[in-house]
Amino acid sequence: MKQKNNLSWKIAGEAGFGIKSAGMMLGKIFMRAGYELFDYTEYPSLIRGGHNVFQLIVDTRPVNSVTEKIDVLVALNQNTIKENFDDLASGGVLIYDTDKIKISSAKLKNAKVDGIGIPLTTFAKESGGEVMRNVVALGATLALVDQKLLIANKVIRENFKNKGPKIIANNLKAVKAGFDFVIKEYKKDFPCDLPTLKPKDNILISANESLAMGALAAGLNFYVAYPMTPSSSILHYLASVAEKTGTVVKHAEDEIAVINMALGAAHTGARAMVGTSGGGFALMTESLGLAALTETPVVMVNVQRGGPATGIPTWTEQGDLQFMLHAAQGDFPRVILAPGDAGEAFDLGAQAMNIAEVYQTPVIIISDKFIAEGNSTVPKFKTNNIKINRGKLLTQAQLNKIKEYRRYKLSADGISPRTVPGMKGGLYIANSDEHDSYGFSFEGSKNRIEQVDKRQSKLDTFMKSMPTPLIYGNPKAKKTVVIWGSTKGVILDAYVQLPESIKKKIRIMQVQYIWPFAGKFVSHVLETSKDVLLIENNSNAQLGNLIAQETGIKIKNKLLKYDGRPFFREEITKALKKF
Amino acid sequence: MNLKDFETNYKPTWCPGCGNHAIWIAMRGALAELGLKPENVLIFYGIGCSGNGANFTKSYTWHSLHGRAVPSAIGAKLANKDLTVIVMAGDGDAFGEGLGHFLHAIRGNADITYVVHDNHVYGLTTGQAAPTADKGYKAKSTPAGIIEVPVNPTSLAVTNGGTFVSRGFSGNAKHLKGLFKQAITHKGFSFVDVFQPCVTFNKINTFEWFFDRVYNVDDDATYKNTDKMAAFGKTQEWGKKIPYGVLYKAKRDTYGSNLPQLKGQALSKRKITTRNLDKLTKEFA
Repeated sequence: MKQKNNLSWKIAGEAGFGIKSAGMMLGKIFMRAGYELFDYTEYPSLIRGGHNVFQLIVDTRPVNSVTEKIDVLVALNQNTIKENFDDLASGGVLIYDTDKIKISSAKLKNAKVDGIGIPLTTFAKESGGEVMRNVVALGATLALVDQKLLIANKVIRENFKNKGPKIIANNLKAVKAGFDFVIKEYKKDFPCDLPTLKPKDNILISANESLAMGALAAGLNFYVAYPMTPSSSILHYLASVAEKTGTVVKHAEDEIAVINMALGAAHTGARAMVGTSGGGFALMTESLGLAALTETPVVMVNVQRGGPATGIPTWTEQGDLQFMLHAAQGDFPRVILAPGDAGEAFDLGAQAMNIAEVYQTPVIIISDKFIAEGNSTVPKFKTNNIKINRGKLLTQAQLNKIKEYRRYKLSADGISPRTVPGMKGGLYIANSDEHDSYGFSFEGSKNRIEQVDKRQSKLDTFMKSMPTPLIYGNPKAKKTVVIWGSTKGVILDAYVQLPESIKKKIRIMQVQYIWPFAGKFVSHVLETSKDVLLIENNSNAQLGNLIAQETGIKIKNKLLKYDGRPFFREEITKALKKF
Repeated sequence: MNLKDFETNYKPTWCPGCGNHAIWIAMRGALAELGLKPENVLIFYGIGCSGNGANFTKSYTWHSLHGRAVPSAIGAKLANKDLTVIVMAGDGDAFGEGLGHFLHAIRGNADITYVVHDNHVYGLTTGQAAPTADKGYKAKSTPAGIIEVPVNPTSLAVTNGGTFVSRGFSGNAKHLKGLFKQAITHKGFSFVDVFQPCVTFNKINTFEWFFDRVYNVDDDATYKNTDKMAAFGKTQEWGKKIPYGVLYKAKRDTYGSNLPQLKGQALSKRKITTRNLDKLTKEFA
């Protein structure tokens, strides 16, 4: 292994071993030390036992993906040797608990891996409890990559702040035990060096939390959800700040109640959002149509996992795109946004609140487990460019000037002035039946066509100001990679490491506004390409099908993955080199 | 305020003699007598004959999906506590599609009024047995008679933590109006199950059938409607004698009343501005 200042680190063991908490602490330490990072967790759907894996990628430049091969593996049980030993790159290091794990020197030698056996259990017990094995291993890791304990001690103090001075002292002892052991016993120069750099003004956050923050920045004040992996951390985060932000956060009895509660609140003028995964969204679909027909603004977040049915609840997939496009009966306008990383989730979370209210229609944000639960470093969020736009929501003074108010009055842009209950002179029926311009149930032929067209025309209006798909790489290149959502991270991470000779031949198009579809733009890009490669985390090429439907262009060259795992950087590097 | 202030230009499309007419009149009368203004009243309707009432009563109105009026009403009341929020649903709405929402709404005790048009049949879909139909009731979808025993809505409400559990009868509109007034002014989830005979499809549970059986609980001087066990007993009476009126009353905090973020001005009336996130981002730094 060559000398480098990046690291791919993995810790594994049973659920309940503190895999994730140790990983998160290490992440924070490296962020404070001036590094960029991304983390990724693999876990089965259970609370105790099973096999949990936490991977941390540390680098000097922004990272949003994971590698297949790792530099350091921390094994807390024998099963980790069986499951993850082969993940180690040649020249990598295995840190293992000699109190629990047996490994032959031949196995290490064959794999060209250095083994650092540490009595993690003994050290942890000496520090105050076996549960701190993870913290001992954390100390060992820091020593290995030439990082000092200064930042670690501060992070530990913060992390255990609520547990009291004794627990803090024990953990400080544990991290030092691991650190000192490696300094004393491991004399080789491990090629991954991560000394403290100039710190950046970054935060470490998941796309679920950043999406919630974006929505909060743009005035979200009503959030309803039913717990469902991998969307639950939006609910948990918003619930934790509900009081501070003056937000109602409600865990309702089921997803049907969730969406209908949000619609009731939105009807009175609240800025409402719901969050779920595919299965919960399926329960909400009838009310998605209700939102569109009553022209009630609402933001619906679908954090995808592998489906159908219960599917693979804790694994990632981009399998719901066509579902989001077609969910619910009938023709109606919807807007679908697909963030590619935590930063975009923040921006689109804020945008969505405005789009929903300006166009008085449901906005769907489609994300997935990979970014929703993976944390990455992003520049601290700025809110000064977020403006609140409530569209044609009338004030009482404006309403007073209208002689005969009609909620669903036909208009050139498809959007009608809106009142909320409590306003004098603004009565109307928000009607799940087709209705006339006042909201009264009416099934007349001419009216039906007028109202359908009025609603649909809101998307034409939206198209006029909708951002085009994003282009990365050489914009004039003739080879085009087409992507959406969370694959952005791995594709850009792989792309920047390619030799210049390959890089200049490639451009990458990310479709972020999925619906309405930027058909003209996409057609132009594809028609001016010699080769096109579609990369998606699903088995059906769902964006590819949408592109074919909207442009008539069928992309034949596809890289699809649907085993519940994200693309590894090595896979994309290989595909881009071959392309 | 009078009846006319709560009337739209649309005339009811219910069958002549339908029990819904009395509910419509009684509700408008109650709203007028309570001095409420149409713009401060928000009524949620389900789907069915009862739901068609959305077009006939003048107020702010939400015509929901089948079975889903209750959660929307709770959401609206949380967001704007200044509104008088009422739900009008049918027995299929309330106890078929929406039974789960009913039970959870009772638990939460949101300050809304829930009126169920209970006639034991699905009127708008031509007379199939509703969840409140008596065992053995024969209809198009159950030609040999329904096998299940009926849902007992008032029993469910009492045992599940209800704070205002009542029954009304379309054959006594004056009493019904009084009941609605009490229900609307009750702090918490007020439930009014209204016997409202379907004159077209239900040839068994007719006005006559009910007139022969119902009695007003207020006429029973020994009955105390604050005694939960006694109330449960009352809700179990069925057959020769069927009680109506306020069967049970209790005091409990209303949903959301203890949320610090809902103190002061109603949520929906607060100006929406860009939130500063400097404090919130600290935990991620």
